[in-house]
Amino acid sequence: MTSPAAPADPAHGTGDGPPWDAVPCPLLLVGAEGTVLRANGGALALLPAVVPGRPLRATAPDWLISAHRHLTGRPRGVTPGDGDIVCGPVGGRTVRATPTPGPDGGVTWWLADDSDDRHLADALRHERDRTAFLTELSNRLLASLNLDRCMEATAWLAATHMADGVTVIASTTDRTHHVTHCVRGGEPERRALSLDLDALPELGLALSGHPPSARGIDPAALPARLLPPGMGPVGSVRLTPLPGHGRSAGVMLLLGGPDRDVHGEQERERDDVTLRLFAARAGAAMSAARLYAEQAAITATLTRDLLPPHAPRLEGVELATGYRPSGDTERIGGDFYDVHPGSADVPEPLVVLGDVSGKGLDAAVLTGKIRTTLHALIPVAPDHRRLLDLLNGALLDTTGDRFATLVLASVGHDGPALRLRLTSAGHPPPLVLRTDGTVETVATSGTLLGVLPHAEARTAAVRLAPGDACLLHTDGITEARGGPTADEFFGEERLRAVLAECAGLPAEAVAERVQMVVAQWLGSGRHDDIALAVLRAPAAPRPGRAAPP
Amino acid sequence: MTPARQPGDWADALWDAVRAGDGSAATGVALAALESGLGPEDVLLDVVGEVQRRVGQAWVDNRVGITDEHAATAIDSRVIDALLAHPAVTLPEPTHGRVTVACVDGEWHALPARLLVEVLRLRGWQVDDLGPQVPVARLLEHLHRTGPALVALSASFSTRLPAAHEAILACQDAGTPVLVGGPAFGPGGGYARLFGADLWCPDARAAAERLCRGHLPRPAPGRQAVDDLPHLADEEYAHVTLRAARLVRAATAPGDGVPSAQRTATLVDFLATALYTDDDALFSGHLAWSAHILATHGEPATGLPAALDALAAELRDLPRARRVLAAGRAALAADVPPPP
Repeated sequence: MTSPAAPADPAHGTGDGPPWDAVPCPLLLVGAEGTVLRANGGALALLPAVVPGRPLRATAPDWLISAHRHLTGRPRGVTPGDGDIVCGPVGGRTVRATPTPGPDGGVTWWLADDSDDRHLADALRHERDRTAFLTELSNRLLASLNLDRCMEATAWLAATHMADGVTVIASTTDRTHHVTHCVRGGEPERRALSLDLDALPELGLALSGHPPSARGIDPAALPARLLPPGMGPVGSVRLTPLPGHGRSAGVMLLLGGPDRDVHGEQERERDDVTLRLFAARAGAAMSAARLYAEQAAITATLTRDLLPPHAPRLEGVELATGYRPSGDTERIGGDFYDVHPGSADVPEPLVVLGDVSGKGLDAAVLTGKIRTTLHALIPVAPDHRRLLDLLNGALLDTTGDRFATLVLASVGHDGPALRLRLTSAGHPPPLVLRTDGTVETVATSGTLLGVLPHAEARTAAVRLAPGDACLLHTDGITEARGGPTADEFFGEERLRAVLAECAGLPAEAVAERVQMVVAQWLGSGRHDDIALAVLRAPAAPRPGRAAPP
Repeated sequence: MTPARQPGDWADALWDAVRAGDGSAATGVALAALESGLGPEDVLLDVVGEVQRRVGQAWVDNRVGITDEHAATAIDSRVIDALLAHPAVTLPEPTHGRVTVACVDGEWHALPARLLVEVLRLRGWQVDDLGPQVPVARLLEHLHRTGPALVALSASFSTRLPAAHEAILACQDAGTPVLVGGPAFGPGGGYARLFGADLWCPDARAAAERLCRGHLPRPAPGRQAVDDLPHLADEEYAHVTLRAARLVRAATAPGDGVPSAQRTATLVDFLATALYTDDDALFSGHLAWSAHILATHGEPATGLPAALDALAAELRDLPRARRVLAAGRAALAADVPPPP
């Protein structure tokens, strides 16, 4: 490309000849010595100070002068590229200038008013930034259902994108306020503060949801403890309510340093929209987290007594228990066990393990009822049949069509050996593991509970020599479906084989081994509730071995 | 007086007691170590932890059976209980914050996680110990309820790696950084990096020190397994996992000399894990180890190639599975010694 209509005569450089003005683009021709040779009407309209015949450096904006100097300062013959296109402000507008060097050392500058394009590009970039920010915001806020975590995410995001420091305060019904601070580039910090809202009326109003939009407040009115630790002097404060699901989730204080006015910038209006969206999403996330916490607290309270208990230490008895509810999220189910350590009136400890028909919460509620009833019936525990009959009666009256099976184990001592009395009420019979690996089925049976008017049961007495163990279990083990081919029951034979391998092991090891083999058998398949308890007479100490160094 | 004993001496004594199955002697050793002036953390990690490492290695080397490992773990757990009940051991008020420690789903080796739990408590953390084999759903429910500063995940067995990755992604998606540890992640933590875990530590002490330094990472939510492992897009892992039962039947069909159904199921598990991680060596290493174990039992390893051929025939449409199986056959043919 060559420069258009290179002037034959610099004296005619006034630029009003027909070919120049006919070019539909503002043009500026600068001679090799730096004088503006010609400028068409468009160019003069864009750069009103330029006068043909005078040097460029006296009349053009600095950015154009510098670009021209840069271009002409380098060796001839270098083809100009995109890097030589320059932009700069001229009286509130943005002008783009593209150079074409001529053969005589002169340069033609093609000018364009870039203001509108620039404005649109800015707006587009701003919208993209905002969309990216709101997406990140949503991802981070929706990630957790935990209120503290939501507040941390809110404070961190606001400090990263909107302010030098942030304080988020959760609405509360008591006087202790959960507060999360974050300064730009720092980590969120949580604090619990007791705030006197009567002394801070604006904050009190905002925490109760009024006024509904952000507003600036006087930094001097803010108590120091509401500022993030490590925050320098504060030049401005913007109080932003966080609305959530019909009530106020809290407020956010956006803090600006002395050089930064968080609510006076030029783009305030646009920022306001973003801030409102931010506040709405943060408030909704905090509110959902609060609801979740309230529900979780209710659930925890109601199910506390239904959780499998920690097995207490029994004197002279090794006891290990295991429990695995059917649902992955659940911690309770229709299997249960309980351990009553014995008292002055009823010295023998009683271990109960059972299974209620059905699964999940309904079944778990019934296990709670059975455990409570059994607890009240402990005085008759020495008489298993009477205990079961009373329990059966209580269940008949209250459980509808549900029923339960269980096994009772009363633990007596006979020197280092244990004397167990075991009674099954419709439950898989206990298995006894001798130290030589023999596995015996305990001969006890009885009717299940909650169905017939009277419970029948036969109690078996078993002596556990030191090292012998007794396994109580629910049918979740034998009826575990899985294995290498995924469709076989675990079955009693496999259970007996696993037990046989555990001869002589501590009770915990036996319980763990059985659970692990069953879990491997199940793989990722669905399963019923599983409960087990292992009672063992401690092995005789082996003096003379493995003394401390 | 005898000279001051090193942690290794106490570990030797505890090892003897554990091997003898003598719980009270084991407890005696640990308490004597504590009373000799060794710190509780050192007893936990350099005595009990060391013995547990030896037990694990003895199992890998086929010097002890699986039930011995359970028995040793039971004794070590009791030793830890006794240590923590000793009057010389007092837990400080938690000042650092709250963390969750869990074993990934299907992982039964709870003792390494237990050691981390107790070390963190000794250093002033509030720790929720979720114990062995924690399903992701339960872990997430716990995270939402308690909002810990970090989740520490333990995995010992290689075939738990896909479950570990799922747990890492789920925790990070809930905005909680994840520290992982355990032999499953490889000696240098290679799988931890592959899975995008925020932190990996070689042992409990390193993990505790890292936590105490603070400045925990802030994971970005929204990542999916295929973002870390683009090869998962070919769905070969899903295919093998879903057809595992059929594959086991096919691999045991040749009859004479093939490995047991349980051993074959583990083989298919390793194949699936190798496809998940796209790591042939993971599968070859397991095969070499299996051949070694069979050899020490005096059983011929001739069934393994037959089982691999049967699997290759079943999976002929899956190029990566064919590649992994071929690498396995090559390793068997080369009689590569099992990894240490």
